[in-house]
Amino acid sequence: MPCKPASAALRSEKASETSIIPMNTTNKRLVLALLAVTLSTYGTCAPQASQAVKANEELMAVQGEIGKPGGRLIASLRADPKNLNPVTALDLPSKQVLSLLFADLIHINLYTQRTEPALAKSWTVSPDGRHYTIELRRNISFSDGHPFDADDVVFSFTVYLDEKVHSPQRDLLLVGGKPVQVRKLGPYRVAFDLDQPYAAAERLFDSAYILPRHLLEQAYKDGKISQAWSPAQNPKGIAGLGPFRVKEYVPGQQIVLERNPFYWKVDARKNRLPYLDEVAFLIVPTQDAEVVRFQGGDLDVLDSISAQDYTVLEQDQKSKPYRLYDLGSGFQYEFLFFNLNDLSAKGDPEIRRKQEWFRRDEFRQAVSAAIDRAAIVRLVYQGRATPLWGHVTPGNRLWIDSAIPHPPRSLERAAALLKAAGFSRRADGTLVDAHGSPVEFSILTSPSNAQRTKIATIIQDDLSKLGMNVHLVPLEFQAVMAKVFTSFDYEASILGLASGDADPNPEINVWTSGGGFHIWAPAEPHPLPAWQSDIDRLMQQQTAVLKFDDRKKIYDRVQELAAQHDPVICLVSPNVLAGVKDSVAGVQPAVLKRHVMWNTEQLYLRSPASARK
Amino acid sequence: MAADRRVWLAAAGLALVHLCVLSAGLLAPYDPEEQNRDLPFSPPMRLHFVDSAGSFHLRPVVHPWVAFMADGAPRYQEDKTRALPIRFFVRGEKRGGGTGTAGRRLFGVDAPAHVYLLGTDDYGRDQLSRLLYGGQVSLFAGLLATMIALSLSLLLGGISGYFGSWADDIIMGSAEIFMALPWIYLLFAVRAFLPLHLDTRQAFFLVISIGGLTGWARPSRLIRGVVLSGKQRDYVRAARGFGASTAYILRRHVLPDVSSVALTQAALLVPHFILAEVALSFLGLGVGEPVPSWGNMLAGLQNYYVLKSYWWMSISGLALIPVFLLYYWLSDALQARLSGVAQ
Repeated sequence: MPCKPASAALRSEKASETSIIPMNTTNKRLVLALLAVTLSTYGTCAPQASQAVKANEELMAVQGEIGKPGGRLIASLRADPKNLNPVTALDLPSKQVLSLLFADLIHINLYTQRTEPALAKSWTVSPDGRHYTIELRRNISFSDGHPFDADDVVFSFTVYLDEKVHSPQRDLLLVGGKPVQVRKLGPYRVAFDLDQPYAAAERLFDSAYILPRHLLEQAYKDGKISQAWSPAQNPKGIAGLGPFRVKEYVPGQQIVLERNPFYWKVDARKNRLPYLDEVAFLIVPTQDAEVVRFQGGDLDVLDSISAQDYTVLEQDQKSKPYRLYDLGSGFQYEFLFFNLNDLSAKGDPEIRRKQEWFRRDEFRQAVSAAIDRAAIVRLVYQGRATPLWGHVTPGNRLWIDSAIPHPPRSLERAAALLKAAGFSRRADGTLVDAHGSPVEFSILTSPSNAQRTKIATIIQDDLSKLGMNVHLVPLEFQAVMAKVFTSFDYEASILGLASGDADPNPEINVWTSGGGFHIWAPAEPHPLPAWQSDIDRLMQQQTAVLKFDDRKKIYDRVQELAAQHDPVICLVSPNVLAGVKDSVAGVQPAVLKRHVMWNTEQLYLRSPASARK
Repeated sequence: MAADRRVWLAAAGLALVHLCVLSAGLLAPYDPEEQNRDLPFSPPMRLHFVDSAGSFHLRPVVHPWVAFMADGAPRYQEDKTRALPIRFFVRGEKRGGGTGTAGRRLFGVDAPAHVYLLGTDDYGRDQLSRLLYGGQVSLFAGLLATMIALSLSLLLGGISGYFGSWADDIIMGSAEIFMALPWIYLLFAVRAFLPLHLDTRQAFFLVISIGGLTGWARPSRLIRGVVLSGKQRDYVRAARGFGASTAYILRRHVLPDVSSVALTQAALLVPHFILAEVALSFLGLGVGEPVPSWGNMLAGLQNYYVLKSYWWMSISGLALIPVFLLYYWLSDALQARLSGVAQ
């Protein structure tokens, strides 16, 4: 593959009009002069040509368009990546960058939503579903050229499972409460032992990135692995098995990745991937700024767009060189929820008094019946969302329970439910409970999320028709999180959750009591409501059932219980919206997160050498 | 005198604005909280005096909007087949739990159609009604906060200037501290600690009192200066020599000097506090939905798509301009009169 330093460097400087001038002698000098300037600003090295494919290298051939090598793709991050260490990274920007720097054994293809081989060339499962034997790719290398083998795999899982390291990955690698055991069987063969059969075992390995033992073993022995690889210290020292490696990081401005010349994927014509020389993430703090920069041509990719911004972009689509994707319902669900925590004696007596209403199934069902979901879809999302009555979104075609009823909005049904629960209307229309106190509560919103604030305003108006007096309390997002997860000092709020996977297992965290995202009651009341115990039991049960149809039946029951008892009142699922510049090809947008950037190694520029317009 | 006439002109202009806002119950065609979910972001309707046949009517008509989709965005078109004559003194309805009142409305069209002379917002609420009711909140927040700030500064500035010594040191010292505090950040912090059950009315008074409490420092320094120079005049010394009491001197000699300064200050402070309310509500800290204020009406403009596509969402910002100009003219004219008197 020819090295194309000139085009890459010039593109980055946006002085690139020069490079489309025909190369006569005078202009050549001009280009060379410019090139000298850009090279000195952008470091010393042109992107390294990919290594020739070695005969014994076990590469993975992927299907898809055959692309053109070279060029730089410009994307954006909402904030600086806080931590480029896969062991401890938590924040979204870091995870976005890490997904390009590292690779896992078995990968979930975000487009097909199914697992596929990655660093694991193949694997076998024992008949009882508890033992996995994995064959690794041979003779492939980390991005610093160091060879990869079973020791790296054993080292990575040892680190992730070490309780002293406090890696967030550890929780994901527990099966039946017990950690997965890893054994080395040979230089390219490892075995994983599970405590009990686990339906989604292959999916455990996704995003459990393989670490380079030769770089991190010393830090691990010194007990300092959590501190290794913060982006502030020498980010070039990071080596992984992903398609890219860090080239340069300017805090607050950008992080530039360059192609990993040793990457282990090739296209159908045996060209080593990735096609792009560089991926630059500009740090753009707000969504509006992202949209303006995309519209102005500064960004090549907008991985997610709000419905309103989509409308703005769509109006200009005819005159501007970009295309937009509306992929329909994604995996995100927005919901209203009440504080159902066990506040015992120490909680605010006012909130505890109101919890008597919140705990009534009829109360929550009445609220759900009164909410005009169609209006939310229309007014908040310009029609680019789907109303929801259960937590599994239509985007999850495999697992959604289509039997869940979709009752239309009915104030009469809501009023009847409230009446059955002992509520009544005063002469002035105010709804009062059995003790005669008016029904009045507050919904926490954060002004930084305009969509949720608008949803709350619509709900406020809807519930006023039932005689409920609802206040909106604007608070900074972190303050909302603190109240919901720590102090439990709130009455109701609106939040959204998005599963990163189609499988029900990540939802265990949300739906079983004691789960980390059991939002409405992290401090679970005693005794548990009967339906909650049922959900707990069913969610545990489905993890060990290996046949899809049997699992689906169990998960359908969970969805029915959740929809029937409304611990959270599901409202809408926003459509997945993305935008890509026309010059970028190889795009296969997916409804799961990293909608456009999930296959960055296969993205390419239609004319990598030409100017940026 | 020219300055006098300007004072009266500006004051009359302001009185008219406040009168309009006060009679929102009559002038506003709808309840400001009434949502018309079928017509979000509909543009202002045009009044037609000339019908399609070209003949002139004294009673204007409006054509209702019909929504259609174009380039993926909802657009509106006038339905020329239907003409809604504007009727005067129609009966209005109160919405349960809302801000508006029942009774006669100055104008309207036959229900169930609506007339939106300034368009609608993102929930299909009438912008004209929200502008009028929102003015009640914003303009009177300015007036009330000015009253609080001015009475505080009269009291503290007066004490400081008249009695001097340690009282002066303490009061002027704390005034400097007040001026140095970063109020916006403090407000964010205070909001997070407030009880959840703060309703809109309480939030409104909170905004006013915070405005008033923070605003006393600057005018009190001015008033202290006036009092200080006033009490050293020869005729004040003479009065004291004849045995006049402190109260008599304050009432008779010092207050007249102070009052004109205070009036000029008031004319400057009111727009300052209106702006403070607008800024706080814009940030979501002031008056909350669904009660309108000129600040929270502008909050939608934080979104790029609103700013780009719907100009009538900035109507309350536009309304601020003449109000501010009138207040500044008034303050200028007062200042001119003051210096005229001094000469």
